[in-house]
Amino acid sequence: MRVLMRGNEAIAEAAIRAGCKCYFCYPITPQGELVEYMARHLPQQGGVFLQAESEVAAINMVYGASAAGVRTMTSSSSPGISLKMEGISYLAGSRLPAVIVNVMRGGPGLGNIAPAQGDYFQATKGGGHGDYRLIVLAPSTVQEAAELVMLAFDLSDHYRVPAMILADGMLGQMMEPVELPEPVDEGTILEKPWALTGAEGREPRVVLSFDLDPQGLKEMNLTLQRTYREIEAHEVRWEEVDTADAEILLVAYGTMGRIAKTVVRLARAEGIRAGLLRPISLWPFPYEPIRALAERIPVVLTVELSAGQMWEDVRLAVEGRAATPFYGELGGVVPTPKEILSEVKKHAR
Amino acid sequence: MLADAKIPEGYVRVFRRPDSMSDAPYTYCPGCHHGVIGRLVAEAIDELGIRGRTVGIAPVGCAVFLYRFYRCDFVQAAHGRACAVATGLKRANPDLIVFSYQGDGDLAAIGTAETVHAANRGENITVIFVNNQIYGMTGGEMAPTTLPGQRTVTTPEGRDVRATGYPLKISEMLAQLDGPAYITRQAVYDVRHVQMARRAILQAFRNQLEGKGFSMVEVVAACPTNLKVSPVDGNKWVTEQALRYFPLGDLKVRDR
Ligand SMILES: Cc1ncc(C[n+]2csc(CCOP(=O)(O)OP(=O)(O)O)c2C)c(N)n1
Ligand code: SF4
Repeated sequence: MRVLMRGNEAIAEAAIRAGCKCYFCYPITPQGELVEYMARHLPQQGGVFLQAESEVAAINMVYGASAAGVRTMTSSSSPGISLKMEGISYLAGSRLPAVIVNVMRGGPGLGNIAPAQGDYFQATKGGGHGDYRLIVLAPSTVQEAAELVMLAFDLSDHYRVPAMILADGMLGQMMEPVELPEPVDEGTILEKPWALTGAEGREPRVVLSFDLDPQGLKEMNLTLQRTYREIEAHEVRWEEVDTADAEILLVAYGTMGRIAKTVVRLARAEGIRAGLLRPISLWPFPYEPIRALAERIPVVLTVELSAGQMWEDVRLAVEGRAATPFYGELGGVVPTPKEILSEVKKHAR
Repeated sequence: MLADAKIPEGYVRVFRRPDSMSDAPYTYCPGCHHGVIGRLVAEAIDELGIRGRTVGIAPVGCAVFLYRFYRCDFVQAAHGRACAVATGLKRANPDLIVFSYQGDGDLAAIGTAETVHAANRGENITVIFVNNQIYGMTGGEMAPTTLPGQRTVTTPEGRDVRATGYPLKISEMLAQLDGPAYITRQAVYDVRHVQMARRAILQAFRNQLEGKGFSMVEVVAACPTNLKVSPVDGNKWVTEQALRYFPLGDLKVRDR
């Protein structure tokens, strides 16, 4: 059954269906509906909803709940995500699964509450301290948001790496019909043989992210790096639209990915053979698929709601095989398909 | 290890490690009060028979290795965030007995917000707060609890209250709130006070078992290393200096 929902609400409902038992938050626009939805629905499903005193506290509550072995989530928007970075680094270091939702808004600083994609570096390159990665998934429709939330919980449990849903204010606020995923069968959720459940009848367990001995910490880091290589090998996700005969390739994600789809259609109507590659996993990034397309498509145009953060990864993928122009908007301004189309025309032969 | 030492014929063992303590040697300096306090926690866990369902939270500070000293599940929290981590653990699994163990920098400076709000929510957790008036681990910097005039590496001329404020009386602050069940201040500088502190810590755990809510035992302690005094003079520092600002006793006891 399809229901009409906002992106924020669909993310919340999907989390509940994924078996999220503890949700900790601090209010911030434009993800308010997510918080409200959880407040109304999670306790009814036997879960814990708690409004924390800050994003710092919320992410550390997630740390505690995850250590106890339950599925747990927090959500926020850009300034609040900055505050969570210390806790996210600890989650990564302690190999605790968790889902973190960032409904991005304009920045830096207090910025504004309009949709933006300025947190790409923060999400995909670390953000907090230390050598760590998050699994970063970027939905472009409400339907996809719901599905990626379910996936984020699974991947995070499987790899013991925190996962981030990187959405933006547009997707969070947008209403669309969505076919909600079936609730997970709790029995199928991965066992957590490391969870802190009390040491009765077994050896004590410890969850920590430190080792004063450099060799020991190196080993911890190598374990993380091995996991990251495994994720890179298995979890790259992307969508291609009309790439087979394309003479210009757009690369865009999330809300921009969605607008870029319209641009491809408009361009084709005018006889320009445009195509789109939309990264769904921003980390691991689809370097190989972009590289393969750049072998035969002479122009790879990156379109973003930032000054060109993902563009750096696109250029790393293309490595000089094609021209790599960039078009971005800043401060929460969202370009129209027409504006992007004129950019496409500029670069298409 | 002492625990394994053979008892000669005709002798009876009257003093041993608590069951919930491991054989790992302490990492504290000689004369440090952390060691005594850590043992009292283990005695309380033993007495209540809760080792198998207890999860401890190690802070950032000299007690960062706390998890080594117990035969309990443990998590190590970011600096100051132990009360938030405890909240997450306890809410996720209310059957667990959750305690945090924190220094004054951890609990009363960087973690003030997490502490106050966990207390105010009446989280059903037990907090052991070691107030040694200094940042021990990082080398003796001023803590929020440092006494007026006290020399530290960041107050080389002594703490000037006009520039850096007064010793923060966090227990008095928390006692004003409706949330907490039990706020008490204890010390461990002599046998009588060790016994009193022991009873208080036991009570703070018992409260959690009975679902009474947030219970915190502050222990006014000495860090002889950073005071640059002997262990004995560390005890004197507590009685002659610290207790003038941090008087002992119960600050809040709610019986329901
Ligand atoms: C975010 C952060 N800031 C600073 C530090 C450095 N640091 C480690 S221990 C400590 C102070 C600990 O003092 P206290 O809590 O009083 O405990 P004690 O060592 O005296 O037992 C500080 C500032 C840190 N680890 N993390
Ligand atoms: S530095 Fe001070 S608080 Fe830390 S272990 Fe030594 S005596 Fe104890």
